[in-house]
Amino acid sequence: MKSEMDNFKFRNKKTAERIVKKINEADVEMSFMHVCGTHQDTLVRFGLEQMLNEAGITIRQGPGCPVCVTTPREIEEVLVLAREGITITAYGDMINVPGEKSSLSKARREGAKVKVVYSVDDAVKIAKKIAEPVVFMSVGFETTTPSIASMIKKGAPQNFFILPCHRLVPPALKAIMEMGEIKLDGLIEPGHVSTIIGMEPYIPLSKKYGIPQVIAGFEPLDLLMGIYMLIRQVKEGRADVENEYTRVVRREGNPKALQVMYEVFEPVDIQWRGFPTIPGSGLKIREKYIDHDAREEFKDILEPLKEKDFGERKGCLCGEVLRALKEPEDCPLFGKRCTPKNPMGPCMVSREGGCNIRYRFSPHPVGESA
Amino acid sequence: MCLAVPGKVMEVDGDEALIDFGGVTRKANISLVEASEGEYVIVHAGYAIQKLDEKEAKESLDAWEEIMELGSQM
Ligand code: SF4
Repeated sequence: MKSEMDNFKFRNKKTAERIVKKINEADVEMSFMHVCGTHQDTLVRFGLEQMLNEAGITIRQGPGCPVCVTTPREIEEVLVLAREGITITAYGDMINVPGEKSSLSKARREGAKVKVVYSVDDAVKIAKKIAEPVVFMSVGFETTTPSIASMIKKGAPQNFFILPCHRLVPPALKAIMEMGEIKLDGLIEPGHVSTIIGMEPYIPLSKKYGIPQVIAGFEPLDLLMGIYMLIRQVKEGRADVENEYTRVVRREGNPKALQVMYEVFEPVDIQWRGFPTIPGSGLKIREKYIDHDAREEFKDILEPLKEKDFGERKGCLCGEVLRALKEPEDCPLFGKRCTPKNPMGPCMVSREGGCNIRYRFSPHPVGESA
Repeated sequence: MCLAVPGKVMEVDGDEALIDFGGVTRKANISLVEASEGEYVIVHAGYAIQKLDEKEAKESLDAWEEIMELGSQM
């Protein structure tokens, strides 16, 4: 039966073949980067990666997974709170991310109160049922943050706190351009981050670094078309911000969402896993809503962490994978000591992580399953 | 984590709405968009983050044809 939703499914095989043919005819060697785990999933799941490689197009994946870019320090923070007996709520992907020695799921097995939630509303529901404090580990890019902000603005219960670990995408793109570690011919911008922020924030990048950008959706046709649009820009010598995902992304984004996000949060400098501190790429709670800030409420408990340094797990190349310098297969632990069942780094934990996606969709040795 | 799924608004109750995701229905918060019954939204982590434009969806495929035609000259 044809569902009404089919209008939004961009999967027509004929159209895909036509676009791929056009890409082939363009006869180019180019390298593009995306910053979104969902893009990576589509590329690998539908076999587009290989098709594109054969046509001379290399797709690099950047720091596109909010769980993966969360730093060891932030994970230690939440672990310290969990060990104090505070109820922790987090998205499912978050609880298996290894910190220095432990993870939330390990802490839970040792008796900590850790609950997986699907949305911030679920976390608040838990807080409403108990008198003790509830902390929500608040990760996410611009796609997710407005929902958190909206909840806090509306008036969350007094025992509800968030540990903000949010990241903003455009400052990270700028950092990648500045670092100049990889040569890129264009950027595939994340469709759902762009749903919130719109097209404007990308324009300075094209102006300053002469880099073509296309905002793309997540169906196979979206990505193929997005890539074709990038090739066209390069060939025509343009460096514009174009929007392929017009059925969802408006030029101005979602002003209502942006408004509430910046009413509750303000930008701060923050480190990303694998990156140095990126100016203005994080968010902290504004003074007015500080009563819901876990870092403020549990200052004393978190204080001892300030002096400490937290390194990456030995041997894990997540940092390089996130900077698009290395592929998961380059990591000697990939598929051997590091699998989704026994992840050594966040890129293997999250279903949006580069290592996890590559592992799930590639044939692996008997006895190892995703 | 930025996965978002399209669905149709069935019933609105204040900030909450019942959304039909092609047969499966689930509640979502619609306070970030102004959506009414019969409209399509895209939902991420329990929140509708934008309305979907059905007309655009249909027209974008035509627009692509045009882009590819123009591209023949490149
Ligand atoms: S395979 Fe595992 S250890 Fe290697 S980079 Fe990926 S997550 Fe880190």
